[in-house]
Amino acid sequence: MQTLDLVDAHSGVEFGNGVHLEARFDGTHSRVALVLPGAERARENTAFVEALAKEFSVVTPTHPGFGRSPRPDWCTSVDDLAYIYLDWLDRSGLTDVTLVGLQFGGWVAMEMAVRSCARISRLVLVDTLGVKLGGPLDREVVDVFATPHAELDRRLYADASLGMGDLASARVEDVLEMARNEEALAMYGWEPYMHNPRLIHWMWRIAVPTLVIWGGRDGIVTPEYGRGLARRIPGARFEQIDQAGHRAQVECPEEVAKLICDLAL
Amino acid sequence: MEYWHFSETAYPYLPDPESYDSIRVTLPNGVIDPERAAGLWDRYIREWQVADECGLNVMVNEHHSTATCMNSAAPVVAGVLARVTTRARILILGNPVANRVDPVRIAEEMALVDLLSHGRLDVGFVRGVQYEVAATNSRPVRMTERMWEAIELITRAWSTHDGPFNWEGEFFHHRQVNIWPRPYQQPSPPVWISAVNPGSVTRIADHDYRVATFLAGFEGTRALFQGYRDRCAETGKRPPGDEKFGYAALVYAGKTDEEGFEGARKLLWYLHTNKVAKQFAYPPGYMPYFVRAAGLRGQRSSAPGAPASSPIPDLTSMSLDELIARGIVFAGSAKTVAGQIERFYNHVGGFGNLLIMGQAGHMGHDETVRGIRRFAEDVAPALDRVTDRVTA
Repeated sequence: MQTLDLVDAHSGVEFGNGVHLEARFDGTHSRVALVLPGAERARENTAFVEALAKEFSVVTPTHPGFGRSPRPDWCTSVDDLAYIYLDWLDRSGLTDVTLVGLQFGGWVAMEMAVRSCARISRLVLVDTLGVKLGGPLDREVVDVFATPHAELDRRLYADASLGMGDLASARVEDVLEMARNEEALAMYGWEPYMHNPRLIHWMWRIAVPTLVIWGGRDGIVTPEYGRGLARRIPGARFEQIDQAGHRAQVECPEEVAKLICDLAL
Repeated sequence: MEYWHFSETAYPYLPDPESYDSIRVTLPNGVIDPERAAGLWDRYIREWQVADECGLNVMVNEHHSTATCMNSAAPVVAGVLARVTTRARILILGNPVANRVDPVRIAEEMALVDLLSHGRLDVGFVRGVQYEVAATNSRPVRMTERMWEAIELITRAWSTHDGPFNWEGEFFHHRQVNIWPRPYQQPSPPVWISAVNPGSVTRIADHDYRVATFLAGFEGTRALFQGYRDRCAETGKRPPGDEKFGYAALVYAGKTDEEGFEGARKLLWYLHTNKVAKQFAYPPGYMPYFVRAAGLRGQRSSAPGAPASSPIPDLTSMSLDELIARGIVFAGSAKTVAGQIERFYNHVGGFGNLLIMGQAGHMGHDETVRGIRRFAEDVAPALDRVTDRVTA
């Protein structure tokens, strides 16, 4: 049965506590952006990362358990991910990093920012989840584990043709990567579902200029949630890209990159 | 051989399957007429009593959010059976321990049923089929590890009698474990664990637990039981007795072969109504990601889905003859059924427990009772002559 070829201590990049990850490095600029992806396939972010790399040195790891990154047994929570990347920031010596969190990666970015903004100068959250704003009956994040894949395609992308489509005819590698990403998402976000109940009470700790970017046609987490999230972060600005879905950076890579570059100036 | 009558206690009065995506998780419970459901429970309980009166044992299981099984709390039904049966052993197969948040509570429930039945309880543990994770909100990742931690905590709770112990594991925390009452049977009720793959029997054999498998057919069952026997040999244990092995099949004995086949066709409802939406049949983490990816890419539609407990994927498209040839169904006259089971017994190297799915779907009370009685009166004695009658 075909599997993915995971990176190891030789082929991967060490981020923290001996954790080696699949990662890409783009651009050679003095300004550094650390991009934390969501559950999309790594290749889907290529256009966005390349656009961002026109002005930044961009570091894009694949989280443990996603894509081709192994997951150590102890690494089971978003806190674990946050500490891995905070450790990488500490060891990098950088102090002016623009931290970009995409969807699930935005949750990781917020967990990092509430712990320490010492090396982070800007925070960008794109169609992020991770906090609970409503009550028990409010399902703020669509239950992706209870949703047929065809419907997920329509919810993830404003243009559903960007989705995986019929999995029987999709590339085998793509289905494997999707399956592995979904398993990791279940590990980190099954319960409480896609949020940390404590995080909302720590948001005041985010002490850097923050930009919240949202796809106007996000079918997973609504723009209203995004505005609510922005209101919880001191001084955060909200920008909506009307024609984008949940994975705004996949559908509108140039627009999202430009908003980030403008923020950093 | 010990025989265990079993029904999944379905609610079979359902709308056209075309009108719903999944019989599990999402089919609204508004479909249920409470009066009809209560009536069904009356007869299902009565059928277990008939089995008891005939000298058979009884078995119950548990599922959630599904019309295929109205037993959403096996300990409750086992508690009822403890009081309305007199001789039968009562097997729960099983407690879905990876989906329960408090194993100490399970230890208490089992101890209580064991007392209520004066020591007639057999306790099964299962990981839980994949559709149950949505129904119970249970994280599908690392379920096997969670199941084993729960089993260790439960069995320790049964066997500790000198005051509280502390448990702070990876999945469960309980600082003062000291269950009252404790089980009637000492040191503990017999423990069963269900398995599908030979790879998972190692740990079951190491604990000397009983292993049961569902609808695995001749080859799957032989491989599984052999795995258990091999492990015993590897670790220097005595060869396990037949009582360590259980096999669940659809079983109906009639007056004639044709009457037996007719009954068996009604049992196939169990295979043919299991329409499950793909997102519930393939939760991420329940199986290795590459197995799941292959399943998601597969052309096999989810309707109807094969029972998740069987390793044979295409059960639903097989004819009754083929199912009988595979050892999934034992059906016909009493003589025919005894012959089928004897062949199966010899093929798998012996087993001491036949778990009889003797009622399903629209099979009515009278027909169910006739099947139970005929099995007890005509099949069991014939089999007892060729297999060792073991004491459970």
